[in-house]
Amino acid sequence: MKFAVVVFPGSNCDHDAYHAAKHVLGQDAEFVWHKDTSLSGADVVVLPGGFSYGDYLRTGAIARFSPIMRAVSDFANAGGPVIGICNGFQVLLEAGLLPGAMLRNRSVKFQCEFVHVRVEQTDTPFTAACRSGQVLRLPIAHGEGNYYAEPDVVERLERQRQVIFRYTTADGAVTDAANPNGSLNSIAGICNERRNVIGLMPHPERACELAVGSDDGLVVFESVVQSVKMGSGVIFGGQSAPVAVGQGTGVLEK
Amino acid sequence: MRVRVYVTLKPSVFDPQGKTVTDALHSLGYGGIGDVRQGKFFELEVDASTADEARRLATEAAGAVLANPVIESFRIDVESVVPASSGTASGALS
Repeated sequence: MKFAVVVFPGSNCDHDAYHAAKHVLGQDAEFVWHKDTSLSGADVVVLPGGFSYGDYLRTGAIARFSPIMRAVSDFANAGGPVIGICNGFQVLLEAGLLPGAMLRNRSVKFQCEFVHVRVEQTDTPFTAACRSGQVLRLPIAHGEGNYYAEPDVVERLERQRQVIFRYTTADGAVTDAANPNGSLNSIAGICNERRNVIGLMPHPERACELAVGSDDGLVVFESVVQSVKMGSGVIFGGQSAPVAVGQGTGVLEK
Repeated sequence: MRVRVYVTLKPSVFDPQGKTVTDALHSLGYGGIGDVRQGKFFELEVDASTADEARRLATEAAGAVLANPVIESFRIDVESVVPASSGTASGALS
């Protein structure tokens, strides 16, 4: 199976994601330039971290107009697994593929540190190999990771189990002190209603080998490899979208 | 035509920068300043023949690009046309 790693001008975690997919997991991986219009048959799309277009206006604000984003949107709407990490999450929010927005961290500082996140849901392609409640030790590196959405949107995210990762202590307890940026409900990552598009602020791709301090992020990539191999219909959409069953990976190869 | 776009966080949205500036002002003795909200200010040179056209164009750009409607709102001022004889660019704002 093949990972497409989208490269915007200013992306700087693209090589980390490529390395995780290609060298740690042994999967095919390909960089896709933001001016490209095709994902060239990829099974998984990664929008990596960094500072797309310099983030001069707003994080992710310009990247969403990139030519490649139409292909990403079509891929997502067809049920293909898409993960936006850090700046990639911000791009997904600006593109409207995920709800909400990012505010400045409540500390008003760029924060670069290891945090703990709890896996809240395992019925997504990127958490299928996790245990429910599993706590991952992952790095964050962002200035605008303070997740915000209107109260009714947050309420809906919670009710529909779209909060996928939450900042916690190492023991998995949600506390204000364990929330590094002030995100509402300690939200670190969410998915769309169809559950195939995920955005998270922590960097699993930077935590795939013990040599870099943690390999807790590997399970996120292992999850999507497992999910794609099992066929999209089994995982994506779960029981609420039985129509997807049987489409298999064919839908991903468009 | 010059158009000014003011982008601010919606009142319901917490403003960490504004809060920090508020605290700084208070610590500098400006106790009379109750609250600060920080925003963005854009000055656009718009190629338009009428103020309405300039406003329409700026409103479209602000809604699509300059502001994120999830957290921000914006206000637009179109600078009134200054008579050529006055020789100044600082006209009143409409």
